[in-house]
Amino acid sequence: MTATTNRGVERLHAAFARAKAEGRAAFIPFMVAGYPSYAKFPEVAAELLSRADIMEVGLPYSDPLGDGPTIQRASEQALAGGTSTRVTIELVKKLRQTHDTPIVIMTYVNPIYAVGPEQFMQLAADAGVDGLILPDLPPDQDIEIAKLAAQYGLAVTFLIAPTSTPERVKLVAEACTGFLYAVSVIGITGTREGSAMSEVPRMLELARQYARVPVVVGFGVKDAQTAAQVAQVADGVVVGSAFINAVRDGQDAGALADAIRMGCQK
Amino acid sequence: MSLSIADFPLPDARGRFGRYGGRYVPETLIPALDELEQAYQVAKKDPEFLKELDYLLRDYVGRPSTLYFAQRLTEYAGGAKIYLKREDQNFTGAHKINNCLAQALLARRMGKKKVLAETGAGQHGVASATAAALLGLECVVYMGEEDMRRQALNVFRMRLLGAEVRPVTSGTGTLKDATNEAIRDWVTHVRDTFYILGSVVGPHPYPAMVRDFQSIIGVEVKAQMLAQEGREIPDAIVACVGGGSNAIGIFAPFAYLPPEQRPRLIGTEAAGEGVETGKHAASVAGGRVGVLHGSLMYLMNDDEGQIVAPHSISAGLDYPGIGPEHCYYADSGIAEYVPVTDAQALEAFQLLTRLEGLIPAIESAHAVYHGVKLAGQLKPEQIVVINLSGRGDKDVAEVMRLLEMQRSDEEGGGDSVETQTPAPKMHSEALA
Repeated sequence: MTATTNRGVERLHAAFARAKAEGRAAFIPFMVAGYPSYAKFPEVAAELLSRADIMEVGLPYSDPLGDGPTIQRASEQALAGGTSTRVTIELVKKLRQTHDTPIVIMTYVNPIYAVGPEQFMQLAADAGVDGLILPDLPPDQDIEIAKLAAQYGLAVTFLIAPTSTPERVKLVAEACTGFLYAVSVIGITGTREGSAMSEVPRMLELARQYARVPVVVGFGVKDAQTAAQVAQVADGVVVGSAFINAVRDGQDAGALADAIRMGCQK
Repeated sequence: MSLSIADFPLPDARGRFGRYGGRYVPETLIPALDELEQAYQVAKKDPEFLKELDYLLRDYVGRPSTLYFAQRLTEYAGGAKIYLKREDQNFTGAHKINNCLAQALLARRMGKKKVLAETGAGQHGVASATAAALLGLECVVYMGEEDMRRQALNVFRMRLLGAEVRPVTSGTGTLKDATNEAIRDWVTHVRDTFYILGSVVGPHPYPAMVRDFQSIIGVEVKAQMLAQEGREIPDAIVACVGGGSNAIGIFAPFAYLPPEQRPRLIGTEAAGEGVETGKHAASVAGGRVGVLHGSLMYLMNDDEGQIVAPHSISAGLDYPGIGPEHCYYADSGIAEYVPVTDAQALEAFQLLTRLEGLIPAIESAHAVYHGVKLAGQLKPEQIVVINLSGRGDKDVAEVMRLLEMQRSDEEGGGDSVETQTPAPKMHSEALA
């Protein structure tokens, strides 16, 4: 059944509003579904969910063009363990039973096409997914996806980058219903040292001219310090590869999440 | 006669061939693709650019390649006349250099100092490294770790040419992963790097641009047909298809003719061990529509959208997708796509070698197989052109290994490779 409300959009915007009221940028941790294994994922995700304003779950994909080695390897491991498209949605459904925190799925477009866009939206909406982040789908490539998502009450998020021209920022920002995602660096996820955030203020200024939704920043945020830099200008901070590295190395992902959440303080 | 680059009716302004193609890439790349598109549109009409490309294609590559009448192969097939478009004559041994030189010239024109390329067997990597050496550009080639082991000689050749070859271990460690890695590098260094894509795949404008640079093959065929046979248009053209650049190069100048003038255009896909076994690389015959490397196309993926590892005897056809213009041709009936198995390609490889003294690339042997079969069904006054996209020196060691395996499978049949004399017959069941 088609949703009659903007459920996902409203829930996401409420989460941003709550964080703002507490003087923070929203903390948005990311984890690949089915990582480090199908069995252990719910526990890892729960650690992050209990500290998150919004949780981003990555749908493992065989050919993640926009991702660096950390998320590539995690995705391969998840796929090898049997977590593909439908299982990812099932895993979110299970998390939903114990957590009310908004959850968005980050997915490349091919799994949506393979399942069938309408069926994918139906499955995601039924599982309690609030929105989608689409890293390889510039909105002008298939605007039907966004319309379909809206019909099922799912928010959509597209990305801008430091290379984006004002025309592109306008086009992308206007297509977003959940939040706009600004990529902090020219590059892929999970890398970068030092001056990674130098392009962020200018990009955010541009984004604010067009975005009617909250603007988050991701790529290269790995600790409380980088989170604090981003939190000065953004409505939300996305952290992904750092948590995967922590889980891989047997470190305390919850403690890292606590630290980064503190860093999100304005 | 000076070079010009033909205008084709597709893609449309959005980079689509019908529904196929497009730009499914991270937003970071969109401005770079716009910049590339604009630079290319200006370059293709610039007499200076065309003059330099023309000079290199003639004096460096050795173009035009000949349209060679294969008399003994024609007699063997017993039907239509068979001509071979001899892209194997090109410097570096295949059609790949046509595109690499043009893109490297464009890179230099755009002020980029460094070029990136992906490669499977190494043909496109060697051609890119060659063009980069010639034009004084820094060159990085991504190659699957497994492919590097199998093609050690090409790796050394690229290094001799001054290129850095970076092993790719992600995914399946083959061509599709090398392409992912090249795109990731480009995303990261987009402001000062040029990506030389090797086939008619990837985000717009690559499928159109690579098509344009390869269409010199078909344009030459028209002129050569007229000179040698008194008519521009043969009855059929056969070419092998992985991503599909040699096939588009020979098809495109004929593809948009009115249907009654258009020759039959037939792309041979690598059927590996057979489409029904799942071990193949036949995206039209055994795949479905999805997105890979920035383009909507037929591709091999499972019902959850994960890309499936392809299989083919030929590294050059071992790609899980097929270029968007081919997808459009397939849907609209402009071209047909037929599967040819590893075993059939191996037969054709030996057949052409024995009958004409031409050792074809194992990729091209897929086209030879179907071209011979088709010629046998046509009349003597008809003409089939087969695109001999590359030479087979690179495949000799692998073919030797496979034939020795085959021989030991046939269990003490007595014939050694050395003593076989008759040209191998193409199996009748395979011809059925």
